[in-house]
Amino acid sequence: MGMNITEKILARASGKTSLTTDDVVFVNVDKVMIHDVSGPGVIAVFEKLKKQGMKIDKLWDPSKVWVAEDHFVPSADKISAQNIVLLTNFTKEFGISKHFKYGMGQYGICHTLSHEEAMVLPGEVYVGGDSHTNTTGALGAFAAGLGHTDVAYVLLNGKIWFKIPPTIYFKLNGKLPNHVMAKDFILKIIGDIGNDGAAYKTMQFGGSGVSEMSIEERLTLTNMTTEAGAKSGIIEPDQKLRDYLSARGATKYNEVHGDQDAQYEKLYEYEASELEPTVAKPFSPENISVARDLSSIELDKAYIGSCTGAKLEDLRAVAKILKGRHVKIRTEILPAAISIFKKAMDEGLLKIFMDAGVMVGPPTCGACCGAHMGVLAKDEVCISTTNRNFPGRMGHLESKTYLASPLVAAASAVTGKITDPRDLK
Amino acid sequence: MESFKKIKSIVTPLDKVNVDTDQIIPKQFLKLVQKTGFGQYLFYDWRFENGTKPREDFVLNSSKYYDSKILLTRDNFGCGSSREHAAWALLDYGFRVVIAPSFADIFYNNCFKNGILPIMLDSQSVEKLFNNSSEIEVDLLHQTITTDDIVIPFEIESHRKKTLLEGLDDIAVTLQYEDKITMYEKSKPKL
Repeated sequence: MGMNITEKILARASGKTSLTTDDVVFVNVDKVMIHDVSGPGVIAVFEKLKKQGMKIDKLWDPSKVWVAEDHFVPSADKISAQNIVLLTNFTKEFGISKHFKYGMGQYGICHTLSHEEAMVLPGEVYVGGDSHTNTTGALGAFAAGLGHTDVAYVLLNGKIWFKIPPTIYFKLNGKLPNHVMAKDFILKIIGDIGNDGAAYKTMQFGGSGVSEMSIEERLTLTNMTTEAGAKSGIIEPDQKLRDYLSARGATKYNEVHGDQDAQYEKLYEYEASELEPTVAKPFSPENISVARDLSSIELDKAYIGSCTGAKLEDLRAVAKILKGRHVKIRTEILPAAISIFKKAMDEGLLKIFMDAGVMVGPPTCGACCGAHMGVLAKDEVCISTTNRNFPGRMGHLESKTYLASPLVAAASAVTGKITDPRDLK
Repeated sequence: MESFKKIKSIVTPLDKVNVDTDQIIPKQFLKLVQKTGFGQYLFYDWRFENGTKPREDFVLNSSKYYDSKILLTRDNFGCGSSREHAAWALLDYGFRVVIAPSFADIFYNNCFKNGILPIMLDSQSVEKLFNNSSEIEVDLLHQTITTDDIVIPFEIESHRKKTLLEGLDDIAVTLQYEDKITMYEKSKPKL
């Protein structure tokens, strides 16, 4: 019986020739990521272990560990500033050289750096101390989020056990229309299967529509698999991926592809031409509606940021709408990494944004997780290119967030109401 | 990690679906760097009005449940952010068992690493427990939940059961084999 890409990656990483759904395997990890929330969490786990008498003076392999500063940078207050110091001391103590520091060249949201810097390569097993670690599966890797104790375990041992997740295959037929983005597609899927519809499963995406998509758009799909409860999201490598990685200096890796007779638990098929600009209403990503049905919803703010919705192509989509127009509600655009910020500057996108009246800010998880830098007040309504809209996610418990594509968010910023980009005058 | 064998307690009924980890422990407390002391912030926005006044209508604020060690809730508990602080806060507050029809994956894993037993039950059994107001007993060794009138069996993977019964987290399990690891490392040629 054939294996799918996820099974093959995990088989290779555990030294097995074959395995199947629900097998438990102990796998060798290729890369591990911590950030300014999970890093201090892992340090807390280490401290406790040390108190119990365990000697912790080295990591399994510091060259396979990388560190991002994203949730509370620029430092939101004294405690978060202290946490960055803690993280810096940690990387020094254990000899971790890949630490993307705020204010020192490239830095950004961890999941964005994973692809911008080609930190993770096809065929690898990658774990991170963040639930959206799934994002990086679009690079043809097995990518999954872990809790702090599990990350601490990987840092010490380089291994972790996984139960082989069943894979649900989502096939997209045909190229997405110009007004529809990957975000609309994944919101539609989450609406169909529910926010625990893929619990402990892998969501794999394929079909001609996915082949047509750019790597950045694919990353939006895998990013939001977390919102359906998935263990991981994955897309098979192709020439587009090879070109994307090669442009970032990565040419040597061992691609993995599923077998022709690979097994999938279920297949969902979608026609690209039938998809519509889609919005998730408060307070769950599964609570979807077509954008046109929400055209009476008045907004206070548009937020274009995060690992989901502030990649270069997201910003280009926004610029397409904002060029020569003005925003009617307060709008913030925060590119997801400095490399993207710079490209947006070189392409003249930042000028378009600022001419439209937008505030452009530094890369950060910031208001996406309600941490700082533009959180919402009571009863405020926001349209956002981010990935979650649980109660209080972006600020006050009684604020409301509508999740949308960069095109819909930008069109809505112009009108002040939820707007399908086709309806913009 | 404290071992888990049997617990008898009244059940705190939290009748909500999709409780995400930001409700369990809001983002502002993630900056704190220790594993203990998070209990005071558990369900912070639901428990307190403006961060100070306890909300009378929230179940944890009813004196009846002050000593409860078992939390009963609905589908997809612990979804959202992977923050392990959610498990730390539940444990620190005093919960050792969480019962629900389903859990989010990372949260479910995090429970075991911290000596909390998450129990997945079919919706019918969960409903029965919501209608039960007296103490129940959770017995991990025999995998049963016992109320005044019924016994509900539950499933758990054998290795997870073992580590909980013995109070071992994965790192502690690996430590059991430390001598063997050291021997192996010594026998390996230097690269």
